[in-house]
Amino acid sequence: MTDQQSSEKDVIARDVAEDSTTAGIEPGVEEVSIKGRSLASDAWIELKHNPLFWVSAVLIVFFVTMAIFPQLFTSTDPDYADLARAREVPSPAAWFGMDSQGYDVYARTIYGARASIMVGLGASVFVLIIGLVMGVISGFAAGWLDAVLSRFGEIFIAIPLLLGGILLLTIYPNRAGDPYLLIVGKIVFVISLLAWPRIMRIMRSSVIQVKPTEYVMAARALGATPLRLIKSHIMPNSIAPVIVVATIDLGAYIAVEATLSFLGIGLQPPAISWGLAISQASGLGSVRNAPHMLIFPSIALSLTVLSFILLGDAVRDALDPKLR
Amino acid sequence: MGQYAIRRILQMIPVVLGTTFIIYASVFALGDPTVGRCGERACPPAYIAAFNAEYNLDKPLLVQYALYLGKLMHGDLGTSFYGNSVATELANRFPTTIKLAAIAVFFEAVIGIAAGIVAGVRKGRFIDSLVMVSTLVVISIPVFVIGTLAQLVFGIKLGWFPVTATQGTLWQLLMPGFVLAALSLAYVARLTRTSLVENLRADYVRTAKAKGLSRNRVIAVHTWRNSLIAVVTFIGLDIGGLMGGAVVTERIFNINGVGSYIFRSINQKDATAVVGAITVLVLIYLAVNLLVDLLYGVLDPRISHD
Amino acid sequence: MARAVEELELGPRSEQWQPTDGRLLDVDDLFVEFRTRDGVARAINGVSFSLDEGDTLAILGESGSGKSVTAQAIMGIIDSPPGFITGGEIRYCGTDILTLSEEKRRAIRGPEISMIFQDALSALNPVFPVGWQIAEMFRIHRGTNKSDALDAAVTLMDRVSIPGARQRVKSFPHQFSGGMRQRIMIAVAIALDPAVLIADEPTTALDVTVQAQIMGLLKELQEERKMGLILITHDLGVVADVADRIALMYAGRIVERAGVFDLYRRPAHPYGEGLLESIPRLDQKGEELSAIKGLPPNLTRIPPGCPFNPRCRYAQDVCRVDPPPPLREVAPDRVAACHFAEDVLAGEAVRTDVR
Repeated sequence: MTDQQSSEKDVIARDVAEDSTTAGIEPGVEEVSIKGRSLASDAWIELKHNPLFWVSAVLIVFFVTMAIFPQLFTSTDPDYADLARAREVPSPAAWFGMDSQGYDVYARTIYGARASIMVGLGASVFVLIIGLVMGVISGFAAGWLDAVLSRFGEIFIAIPLLLGGILLLTIYPNRAGDPYLLIVGKIVFVISLLAWPRIMRIMRSSVIQVKPTEYVMAARALGATPLRLIKSHIMPNSIAPVIVVATIDLGAYIAVEATLSFLGIGLQPPAISWGLAISQASGLGSVRNAPHMLIFPSIALSLTVLSFILLGDAVRDALDPKLR
Repeated sequence: MGQYAIRRILQMIPVVLGTTFIIYASVFALGDPTVGRCGERACPPAYIAAFNAEYNLDKPLLVQYALYLGKLMHGDLGTSFYGNSVATELANRFPTTIKLAAIAVFFEAVIGIAAGIVAGVRKGRFIDSLVMVSTLVVISIPVFVIGTLAQLVFGIKLGWFPVTATQGTLWQLLMPGFVLAALSLAYVARLTRTSLVENLRADYVRTAKAKGLSRNRVIAVHTWRNSLIAVVTFIGLDIGGLMGGAVVTERIFNINGVGSYIFRSINQKDATAVVGAITVLVLIYLAVNLLVDLLYGVLDPRISHD
Repeated sequence: MARAVEELELGPRSEQWQPTDGRLLDVDDLFVEFRTRDGVARAINGVSFSLDEGDTLAILGESGSGKSVTAQAIMGIIDSPPGFITGGEIRYCGTDILTLSEEKRRAIRGPEISMIFQDALSALNPVFPVGWQIAEMFRIHRGTNKSDALDAAVTLMDRVSIPGARQRVKSFPHQFSGGMRQRIMIAVAIALDPAVLIADEPTTALDVTVQAQIMGLLKELQEERKMGLILITHDLGVVADVADRIALMYAGRIVERAGVFDLYRRPAHPYGEGLLESIPRLDQKGEELSAIKGLPPNLTRIPPGCPFNPRCRYAQDVCRVDPPPPLREVAPDRVAACHFAEDVLAGEAVRTDVR
């Protein structure tokens, strides 16, 4: 961690500690949280002792590694089908069994991580960039520009993520044989387009909250430029809720990608994705005869989503002393 | 309150216009509205010309949009691939979907709020951890996985519930409704717990204790209403999520509602039908949001009594 | 105004709670601690005081000195966990109320002992009309019906001088000004004519002019109803006009107890001396205003010896080594907890902070 980051965290720390003093009713206890230690180290200590944090961190590292280097986990070719072995139940030869076209379910579960992780991370990056910029502008501008930008955000947030995804991907359909990155890029684009106002709202309200506080007024009076204000006063105060929401939403984006693929408008075969695998496994016939086709990709997908939600939860609990 | 309501309704107008415009523009101006109309092949020029004339695509964008809006207000959503009126098709299917959604909202509100209160009141105890962990698990499993697994376990293996819900009777819709509700139910439980815990720490709760009220009254009267505000808002906003979930749930359980209509239209590459259905859903979503805003004003006097 | 008071049916005091010789409240060697992850915060360490009918006791101290916790212990509204009363007695009309069942204590809160909080905006429930919140007292404790309770609420709002009470009874807390809100808070607290009223920083959140009005109202109500009033504050200015006696608190202990004028004239504890010197005075122009150096101690790590020793200008070895000095009588009707109390009182204590 750079010095800059650590000093920023200290600012959050002090601020939250002050918050808790005004709200609390046990003077003796507050005493401790102000003078005991800073929130950054406090949060880290809290995180370190939270087993859920470690579980989620390890899972995320695991799935990200899986997405980057699937070869590390399996030597089976996920694109090799042996129709003769279709729907074979799990065995030492094929741990998760074979699917209805004779693909190895284990290998395809490993290779399926890539789509989920790419969509999740990609969409989060864009949502964060757009949301942060719009939120800061809107919060700082106030007046008509703020009103216009806020309404603009409301227009996008008024379209539910999944419905919007269905709409746009029906109009600009993915076709079998389209390049993998194009399809993933399209899904990332759709999610980013519809989800950014969430981050914008958080940023906007924390800018508005911070703007009238005395230290920002003081900084302004001393001639600080808006950019400097954002960097040293606004970001440190708002970054915590943004991180928490972004992490939890990352899990949701992964679920959206899988759902779109499940509905047949996301990734297209021959691409490999958990959503596609579950879709193929979910016909009544498959569920009855080869439930292993359904269960393993489902578990992988759910664990990935879970790990991001857990991480977001753990970070929030660590940062929010009021909930302790 | 009246002023507040009027203000909210006025604020809603640009959002409705903006949303429908975006949908319209992305479909008719930027996209290719004849997608899939002629099978896998591109449409012949004569068909495209006729199509353009029918949908006024030969006119300037804003005029097109105004005409489209006019049609929309008359309930004209265009004709589907098979030549049926999309509006009629939707009208036939809405009762089933509304029934499904109502069951879902019922489960979501009743079980979700109850679980949240139990957890919040016994914060830090076993039952609290149980609620928190189980809701977390539910949240992390996408609805189509829950649906297929529920179908496998409760429908096929245990045989407790019908596997599909083709007729859309109440009994058939019970399990699909629960599946549809699962995610939101988990969120409602967690949200109820959080706001209850937060409100229990509020200064006015301390006052209520100092007034000599019983713990039950403090929770039931003095924190309930305050906690409800957040929960009601969430349930309202979540209708959008339920709509997306309905597409999935109806597909899994073979329910003949709006969701499966959308799904079928996706597969038939019938853009007019998909766009029409989604436009209606988005408009309903906006209307529900408005209602929630108004209800919010009723529940929280600070909002409406300025 | 007099008529409004009659309508309130002050009525005879409850049979069960009758003060003996005018003594309402005895707090005896009270200990409270908060068990947190960071260790045990010893918020109250052997606090004793008493309160008579018509008596006003000011408890004065910095934030974190334990004054609010004392009030909450008397009310029985300390959140447990993390808060625990680990020792001592709180006797109301001779009965140790700490041993009573929760139900019996609830019956005391409101009709017998009542409390006003600092920030009326957050202390009143935002989603209920103010009249409803006052009426709740009558409805819960006396089973009064809705409309009678609301009438009583209007009468009370009149009594605390809220203009247009009948029209405003259905308004919500956020629609009132800070001073009016505090009056409503007072109306809630005195609704059932309690024998003891605890006011926890009742004027801290208010403008100076409004502060005076609120203190005046409290004083008036106290005289009218012969209430025992415990006034918790960090503001010496507020105390002077209203209080009869002062208890100075520091780090969960009472370090000095004296009549208001005695203490103002000459404190017997260095902490009191420091507090007095930190208020600006008109008669001492040109002199430097001094603040007490340092910060109150962390309650999980109260320093050994006298807890005030790190900030004390007279501190000697005995203050750092010996156990905290107990309260002892240093003059008629005044006690202080300092090894050198007599010297401080006489103005002859030896400063050890300047070399």
